Amino acid sequence: MEKKTGTWAVKVGLAQMLKGGVIMDVTNAEQAKIAEDAGACAVMALERVPADIRKQGGVARMSDPQIILEIMDAVTLPVMAKARIGHFVEAQLLEALGVDYVDESEVLTPADEEHHIDKNQFNIPFVCGCRNLGEALRRISEGAAMIRTKGEAGTGDVVEAVRHARSVLGEIRRLQNMRPEELYHTAKELQAPYELVREVAETGKLPVVNFAAGGIATPADAALMMQLGVEGVFVGSGIFKSSDPAKRAKAIVLATTHFNDPKILADVSRGLGEPMSGIAVRGMAEAEQLAVRGW
Amino acid sequence: MKIGVLALQGAFREHVAMLRGLGVDAVEVRLPEELRAVDGLIIPGGESTTIGKIATQYGLTEPIRELAAQGKPVWGTCAGMIVLAKDVGMRQPLVGVMDVTVKRNAFGRQVDSFETDLNIPAIQNGDPTPFHAIFIRAPLMETVGKNVQVLATLEDGTIVAARQGNLLATSFHPELTQDGRFHKYFLAMSQN
Repeated sequence: MEKKTGTWAVKVGLAQMLKGGVIMDVTNAEQAKIAEDAGACAVMALERVPADIRKQGGVARMSDPQIILEIMDAVTLPVMAKARIGHFVEAQLLEALGVDYVDESEVLTPADEEHHIDKNQFNIPFVCGCRNLGEALRRISEGAAMIRTKGEAGTGDVVEAVRHARSVLGEIRRLQNMRPEELYHTAKELQAPYELVREVAETGKLPVVNFAAGGIATPADAALMMQLGVEGVFVGSGIFKSSDPAKRAKAIVLATTHFNDPKILADVSRGLGEPMSGIAVRGMAEAEQLAVRGW
Repeated sequence: MKIGVLALQGAFREHVAMLRGLGVDAVEVRLPEELRAVDGLIIPGGESTTIGKIATQYGLTEPIRELAAQGKPVWGTCAGMIVLAKDVGMRQPLVGVMDVTVKRNAFGRQVDSFETDLNIPAIQNGDPTPFHAIFIRAPLMETVGKNVQVLATLEDGTIVAARQGNLLATSFHPELTQDGRFHKYFLAMSQN
């Protein structure tokens, strides 16, 4: 019987398999092995972690394919890689390389200030960031098979991840309490397709898996996001900018599984060394903030 | 009857929802003591390295082996099948109770993930409707022991579902569909 590849079910399905896990930013094969040994459920192949992108400035682009291929060779885990917002050719390259998921990411410098990638045209799945429900549903209508609420990447400050997770999950709860005729107007307010708005109101959840990302630096940060209701976490600079990456990575993995068990959380949080030093988001100029990119 | 679903990482909620939809008491299992009360266990899809490492860290592998030795049904889907296999061709922490050799990521990377219809006589009971199977970076069974019954193959003969007494393994994800026939088959195993 016929085999169908690149379908919505297999795109969303891989994200479903990642749930309850930690996706870690890695910049080389050695870090990828550390992430795999720590129990990461996938890795994000990058040239520079967000903290360095932030420090060094300049234009941040898709990673060198050589680095991505080395990371794909080093681990059996799914490998994700980032393309710039709207840069559909970077996404075509990543598909040709055989990466498992493309992150159309605000951490890189946007290539298009009006249009995101038409993700429905690809066989590989995409994950996109969002700050609110409208942004999430716009990305899903473009073909995103996984959503991550945006935090402020490379800061080690979880405040924006919390703000955006609360925004998305709170708006979903608000939709659930609406009368059917109110959903039409709300869809206009959210600037999102009515069919997706109605589906969310009926099911009480996004139609795709929803992770948190940006500023997660400790096991407690990961568990906080999980208790707020996301289905897994991305950790970027928080691991490899800390003093003991292997130990911290493992602790964040265990905290994501046992997010509702304060005794285990206290146990895994002991003696992890210094977390990444971090930058408080309050006080940052808006021009320095990455989460505001994308629309 | 109470069925546990190993909830360390992966698609455990989908299994719990399917079981509850079939009127079964389903519980998430994260710690060894939570295994005591269950009459059967499902190890879900997810990342097998992640599930294996966390299971080892919290002392779950030995109690799962005991559960299997007591004759209680244990079912692994995708990553769960890898965790149940005795041999996966690489070193990784496993429960290792099922007499099968598994090849991980056997079909390639995510671009090669696919869905297809399978004829599975054991669950169809004469019903002509095939089972819609979703394969995500799926493993396959290269060889199976003589006590293992093959339940489903692809057209080229690739083994994608098998049973060894009270142990069940599938390369694909019945929990991602709305079709409860595989779950019903598993539940019937617990009543034998």
